[in-house]
Amino acid sequence: MSTKGHSLCKTLLLVAAFAASAVCAQVLPEDRADALYHSYNGDGIEITGPSILVRKKLTQDFSAYANYYVDSISSASIDVLSYASPYDEERTEISLGGDYLLDETILSAGYTDSDENDFQASTAWFGVSQDIFGGLTTVNLGYARGWDTVEQVTDPTFSEDVDRRSYRVGVGQVLTKSMVLNLDFEAITDEGFLNNPYRQVRYLDSSAPAGFLWQPEIYPNTRTTNAFSIGTRYFMQAGSAAYGNARLFNDTWGIDAWDTQLGYVYSTPKDWLFDVSFRYYSQTAADFYSDLFEFANAQNFLARDKELSTFNNYSVSFLATYALPVEDWGLVKRGTANFAYSYFYFDYDDFRNVLEGGAPGTEPLFNFSADVIQLYVSFWF
Amino acid sequence: MHKRFISLLILILLGQTGCSNVEPWVKPYERANLADIAMQADRDPVSSGYINHVREAREGARGAAGGAGGGCGCN
Repeated sequence: MSTKGHSLCKTLLLVAAFAASAVCAQVLPEDRADALYHSYNGDGIEITGPSILVRKKLTQDFSAYANYYVDSISSASIDVLSYASPYDEERTEISLGGDYLLDETILSAGYTDSDENDFQASTAWFGVSQDIFGGLTTVNLGYARGWDTVEQVTDPTFSEDVDRRSYRVGVGQVLTKSMVLNLDFEAITDEGFLNNPYRQVRYLDSSAPAGFLWQPEIYPNTRTTNAFSIGTRYFMQAGSAAYGNARLFNDTWGIDAWDTQLGYVYSTPKDWLFDVSFRYYSQTAADFYSDLFEFANAQNFLARDKELSTFNNYSVSFLATYALPVEDWGLVKRGTANFAYSYFYFDYDDFRNVLEGGAPGTEPLFNFSADVIQLYVSFWF
Repeated sequence: MHKRFISLLILILLGQTGCSNVEPWVKPYERANLADIAMQADRDPVSSGYINHVREAREGARGAAGGAGGGCGCN
């Protein structure tokens, strides 16, 4: 056999070995329907609404889903109270997608449309998931493209665009018969009008009664972010597992962030499942963020969005799932009723509460807590 | 020629790996623990999607938060 023929043989063997190694066939997600009510209450903001998800196999190898989601917002946040008026608005989001099983690969694609009175967002995405090495490793690749339109209710002529791209790669790995590991990396790029058209920054002005005045934010037109996460889950005994994950983040605006979460799941043999977790998050400020600028137009880019400030938050979450006594419910095989509660506490290092008064730059630092509740039922059929 | 040789060597080595038939160190019959409901990371996508949205809307960081999918329209 010639060298050329030998290498071709080896190549074919290699391909065959990889194909044969994918013996743990991929499976499509189960048919299910979920109806969720969500409630967020914190920093003078109340957000409630439903989320309805239906997923169904239309053929043996194709599963489709649709999700309808609403945020009904009533906002009197510190930003709103500082330089604007409380408002109510609603955001509606509709997602459609599907998963196609092709041999040992799942090809996924979807489209999401989000609509509110001053912001429209459309996102299309595509993903590939492949099992290899006897099903012990799952490789995921994803790409998403988003198109946003930013508007302003106070100025009907205002309309700006944002282009977004997301690139994602992930690996799921079975380490032992009781432990799995996940690694994920995602890079996202934005280009366009990236600040909030309503948000203001403040600057010192001794002629003003409060000692400062407000001016609109100015952001760069581009942003690239990188996030890497690692997560693991460990089986402890039948019905119980411990899990943990951590993420590192940085972006071209100078923000460095990290977070970590630890949790424990316990389920009784028949009816109940409980999940408790603790998460901590910390970030540094963007390069162009300041709570109080020295003067108007102090620099090219100006931000006073507390999401871009130096802060940390922690959250404690609790979930209780009850298996419904499904008997003779026709197509329904099983169902659950669920209650989830999360307590968040945000603590800011360089964002001051101007509502408290005092000399500019000496006001108390801001903090707030939030209660997040989810009530939902799920049915599998 | 040298590059060709190196390429061939790499291919052969990879091929040998393939021929050695990568043995799963966790056999299919040893995966009962992994199939336990407590080991499912994303039991309820409608709930995990929501809580990710709550976080991303209030934190500077984004991405690699687990789960499939694309944008959230959460600005």
